[in-house]
Amino acid sequence: MYSEKVMDHFAHPRNVGEIEDANAVGEVGNAVCGDIMKMYMKINDDQVIEDVKFKTFGCGAAIATSSMATELIKGKTVDEALKLTNKAVVEALDGLPPQKIHCSVLAEEAVKAAIANYYDKKGIKHDLLKDCDGHCATCQKQH
Amino acid sequence: MEDRFVYADNAATTKTSPEVLQAMLPYFGEGYGNPSSLHQKGREAKKAITEAREKIAMLLGDKPNEIYFTSCGSESDNWAIKGAAHAWSGRGKHIVSTKIEHHAVLHSLEALEKEGFEVTYLDVDGDGRVTPEQVAAAVRDDTILVECMFANNEVGTIEPIKELTAAVKAKNPKTLVFTDAVQAVGNIPVNVADLGVDMLALSGHKIHTPKGIGVLYIKTGVRILNLVDGGGQERGKRGGTENVAYIVGLAKALETAVGGLDENRRVAAMRDRLIDGILEKIPYARLNGPREGRLPGNVNISFEFIEGESLLLLLDMAGICASTGSACSSTSLEPSHVLVSIGVPVELAHGSLRLSISRDTTDEDVDYILEKLPPIVQRLRDMSPLYEEVKKNQK
Repeated sequence: MYSEKVMDHFAHPRNVGEIEDANAVGEVGNAVCGDIMKMYMKINDDQVIEDVKFKTFGCGAAIATSSMATELIKGKTVDEALKLTNKAVVEALDGLPPQKIHCSVLAEEAVKAAIANYYDKKGIKHDLLKDCDGHCATCQKQH
Repeated sequence: MEDRFVYADNAATTKTSPEVLQAMLPYFGEGYGNPSSLHQKGREAKKAITEAREKIAMLLGDKPNEIYFTSCGSESDNWAIKGAAHAWSGRGKHIVSTKIEHHAVLHSLEALEKEGFEVTYLDVDGDGRVTPEQVAAAVRDDTILVECMFANNEVGTIEPIKELTAAVKAKNPKTLVFTDAVQAVGNIPVNVADLGVDMLALSGHKIHTPKGIGVLYIKTGVRILNLVDGGGQERGKRGGTENVAYIVGLAKALETAVGGLDENRRVAAMRDRLIDGILEKIPYARLNGPREGRLPGNVNISFEFIEGESLLLLLDMAGICASTGSACSSTSLEPSHVLVSIGVPVELAHGSLRLSISRDTTDEDVDYILEKLPPIVQRLRDMSPLYEEVKKNQK
């Protein structure tokens, strides 16, 4: 069901953990839906993401997309990271089963949530936080 | 402990046993006759299925002409429910069932609801059980059918089918009682005469035959619509040339299973060792389903802060095959309706693990699971933002 790349990133996730002195932290998803991604970043004065780590509660695809997303934005500028799409994450993983595409959306949103947190701290206005997209069947929100 | 392969998903399917395969093999070769043929090849095949039918009837406590061979448990479920509903719709359109049935039952009932039948889905308690009183209370004058599974496939709860049947018949003698006994047969004693049910479904591949054979028991005098009109096989109710090899295999499998019911005490002891061992070694875990009145091979435990599909993938890498009620492992992205019905919070349903063992399981397999599972759960917890908060609160 999963590609070799997905299995590799699931079995050997890159950048798992926390950053003690992170200046950007974002969390998306909820336990009822079955996946939560939390992303920590260390962004320097040049707006380069020097370090990024994640913690994820979720399925194999959720862990693999988190891992891949961190790989794709590490060392990039904030502006570059904001251009990361869920499609790019899916492609980098050699595809995901249809019912798992939402995991890649969550990964994109986790990156944006962390950067939103960074902007908030800096007093920079933004429009990065989206509401739940209603991708899962168990969410108690009405869509 | 050395790496090994442990198959702990016997509620999904079992490994075909060597003796079943041996019994079947002649009918893939020289025993190719059509049981309806009058010549020697036909007679040979006819003899094989007649003997198989007699053996199965004896083991289930019914008469040979009450056994109808089908292709699987789902077919038996569909036939019993739709066949009875359509045969008796003139008398009433009300059916009683429970919220924790197999999808073959639930989706059959939903199809009937679209046709105008009314279905009452009974709640179960925290152990997954219905009471005979509860079922009887739901039965009305226009209730034509009561369906309740004999044992639950996810949490292993054994339902009081005998008492339930008696209670239903006392309330309305005309109401038919059907039990989906797919998970029960071979694992606990099942005797249809003793139970008093009108219909019972079973499946071969849960008791060590290959996939592709099931039975619907229909008590003499109980009328349901024909499933397949054809050449008169299965007393005209389910036409189609008989699946001779599989019928022979099923008889062999049932003989071994029923003859080995004592073996289930050993399986139940391994189950209890697994449950106790897991709950002792892993904090923030809870058993789903009852301690007593549980299938001998069923273990279902939820782990907080982690998700079941990733747990299954890691167990698979360690050589252990298991199952989960997590939404993330289903295409519908909905968590197990059974776990939700017994009151397991959705978050914990996501983190559920079902280990279903069988007589093929060994003590070494149990040791291996108990060794491999705790560090795998811990590994996922260390990755989980939910566990992070717990650890911080502990400090």
